Amino acid sequence: MGFFQKWKEKWTKQADAVTEKFKEGLSKTRNSLAGKVNDLIARYRKVDEAFFEELEEILIAADVGVTTVMELVDELKMEVKRRNIQDPAQMRDVIAEKLVDIYRAGADDKELSALNIQEGGLTVMLFVGVNGVGKTTTIGKLAHKLKSEGKSVLLAAGDTFRAGAIEQLEAWGKRVGVDVIKQAAGSDPAAVMYDAIQAAKARGVDVLLCDTAGRLQNKVNLMKELEKVKRVISREIPGAPHEVLLVLDATTGQNAMSQAKLFKEATDVTGIVLTKLDGTAKGGIVLAIRNEMAIPVKLVGLGEKMDDLQVFDPEQYVYGLFADLLES
Amino acid sequence: MAFEGLSERLQQVMNRIRGKGKVTEADVKEMMREVRLALLEADVNFKVVKDFIRQVSERAVGQEVMKSLTPGQQVIKIVKEELTALMGGEQSQIAVAKKPPTVVMMVGLQGAGKTTTTGKLANLLRKRHNRKPLLVAADVYRPAAIKQLETLGKQLDMPVFSLGEHANPVDIAKQALERAKEEHYDYVLIDTAGRLHIDETLMDELKQMKEAVKPDEIFLVVDAMTGQDAVNVAQSFHEQLGITGVILTKLDGDTRGGAALSIRAVTGAPIKFAGMGEKLDALEPFHPERMASRILGMGDVLTLIEKAQAAVDEEKAKELEQKMRTATFTLDDFLEQLGQVRKLGPLDELIKMLPGANKIKGLANIQVDEKQIARVEAIIRSMTKEEKTHPEIINASRKKRIAKGSGTTVQEVNRLLKQFDEMKKMMKMMTNMPKGKKKGFRFPFM
Repeated sequence: MGFFQKWKEKWTKQADAVTEKFKEGLSKTRNSLAGKVNDLIARYRKVDEAFFEELEEILIAADVGVTTVMELVDELKMEVKRRNIQDPAQMRDVIAEKLVDIYRAGADDKELSALNIQEGGLTVMLFVGVNGVGKTTTIGKLAHKLKSEGKSVLLAAGDTFRAGAIEQLEAWGKRVGVDVIKQAAGSDPAAVMYDAIQAAKARGVDVLLCDTAGRLQNKVNLMKELEKVKRVISREIPGAPHEVLLVLDATTGQNAMSQAKLFKEATDVTGIVLTKLDGTAKGGIVLAIRNEMAIPVKLVGLGEKMDDLQVFDPEQYVYGLFADLLES
Repeated sequence: MAFEGLSERLQQVMNRIRGKGKVTEADVKEMMREVRLALLEADVNFKVVKDFIRQVSERAVGQEVMKSLTPGQQVIKIVKEELTALMGGEQSQIAVAKKPPTVVMMVGLQGAGKTTTTGKLANLLRKRHNRKPLLVAADVYRPAAIKQLETLGKQLDMPVFSLGEHANPVDIAKQALERAKEEHYDYVLIDTAGRLHIDETLMDELKQMKEAVKPDEIFLVVDAMTGQDAVNVAQSFHEQLGITGVILTKLDGDTRGGAALSIRAVTGAPIKFAGMGEKLDALEPFHPERMASRILGMGDVLTLIEKAQAAVDEEKAKELEQKMRTATFTLDDFLEQLGQVRKLGPLDELIKMLPGANKIKGLANIQVDEKQIARVEAIIRSMTKEEKTHPEIINASRKKRIAKGSGTTVQEVNRLLKQFDEMKKMMKMMTNMPKGKKKGFRFPFM
């Protein structure tokens, strides 16, 4: 059974609100990309060099990254030779399968996207990333999600640098109905984390979400500060933080790779939150990041509302990119 | 870095075709392929790249490159020229309304850095143009956005106009304009909420605001790390609002910033400023030529030189030079010199600006520990005046005291003294050397 047939079935079976939301969020994404692939397939009678060149451009336009695209196209060319494909229409499945393959690399979806939650104990999650990617907003949304799943949540206002950051997290805390542990602006973020962990232990909460100030990955001192924050958390609770989530803006281009590399070096990132996927950007760089550095995407942000945070599903993502092909 | 500069890539092509004696059209085509890859890796939009390559190819094939003895260099020259031309001249002036106040609207996606940039722009207007700006908090959607602008206002000691988060942004803008007229402000800087370019409701709100306050400038604030989508964002904002200029933020990161080229190509609007750091004075005029080098991965020597010129006090530098010549250079002078160098910014960033720095082994990932510099400063500050001018008097018990006073160890004090001694010896040698043969010396912390 082809990839899209499989999907068609899965889709009709689970046409619930979550899937709809994902589809809705990605609709702008899929319109342009899928439209282009469709158009490409319609215009070509033969799978030839020009066909691949255009496909290359379509993928580059999704920020997948030149190197990954070239590799992918080379593999597709081999596949075409192997299976002796001549009809462009047959390429739909092949392309989608290859994209999902790259992402999965043998692992199954569950282990890729599930958050590491300590049942019956305290789970600490640290959020890191460059400025303006949506760390604080993501924490607010995740707090809401966890709370509605019946977990008790505490937030740590670790962004003591940016003007108004503590107030922003507090506003989210109020909105969601969870407490925020904070100190004055300008204080040591590691000290805030220490306080927050003591409070989390004393109150016996399930999950502690730690905000940090946005920082560009090439600022050595700020990255060192982040290492210290993580060290303090690990010292207080062995095994923590249980998740270090790198928040990435889907609009970001190739620099996202550098972000993933340097944040991983400093804090051993365990997963990615891809935000702002409700725009026209596709965040294709996550394919390259997963491929090169084995960091999986765990959550995606699909809007500004409280419940616009979803668990990432690679098939859904690729499907979202190509949904129009299936419907046509 | 994963990136390779264009010059290295072209060099590889050149190595392959060297010895053939003549550069053919096919060779030029291969070089163009490298140019294309370099631009795509720098996040320039693929359509923009396509047009650009066509243009450059025409020039390259038409004699210029093929007849040249150094075709690789020639290609770089053409690419850089065309790139710079495409990005337009330097245009960092801000409109001035015939009748004040001049109204400026800041627009863009979420997280681009509008609020921070609004603060920086206000600071620049006051500092460099001696103007009196009014900051307007019109982002009523993001939690605590108003508070953020108010905090910036406090840091700058500038008034912030706000009507709370329940007011309509268009009303806020209108009333702010009234206030500015009454109280004779020169500029009204309106910080609007971040929004998606495809969000019709919120884009309509901006159109209404534009209609209501008739801004003289609409700045699109764009994150320099933006990828291929920069084209869609810029085009959409431009079509709906008619932006007059672009401010590129977070350019102090390690992004190549190809978005700059894409935006310029689709909107034609000039990029006026670049955000270069988190501090409120880190907004600089945008330099198209330097950006061209950066996109091609060729280093940014000009910025480095400029930084040095701006930060180093000419008088003091002369004084220091004199002292070096006469070998009366003391630890106090050394401290002074350290301060001057530090004013340039983090040292590892300075190193990164050097072209080819990423090619030199060991230099690419050099990380100057700023704390180490702070320690050196602490040690010197823990010395008495006499010790600083005559370090030879520092004996074991003095060393112990200095280490204690600076929170370091005797070993560290020893190391500094030894290095300072070597430095002085080197200076002596340098002053005896004929001009032009001087070699740099190592700072103790490198």
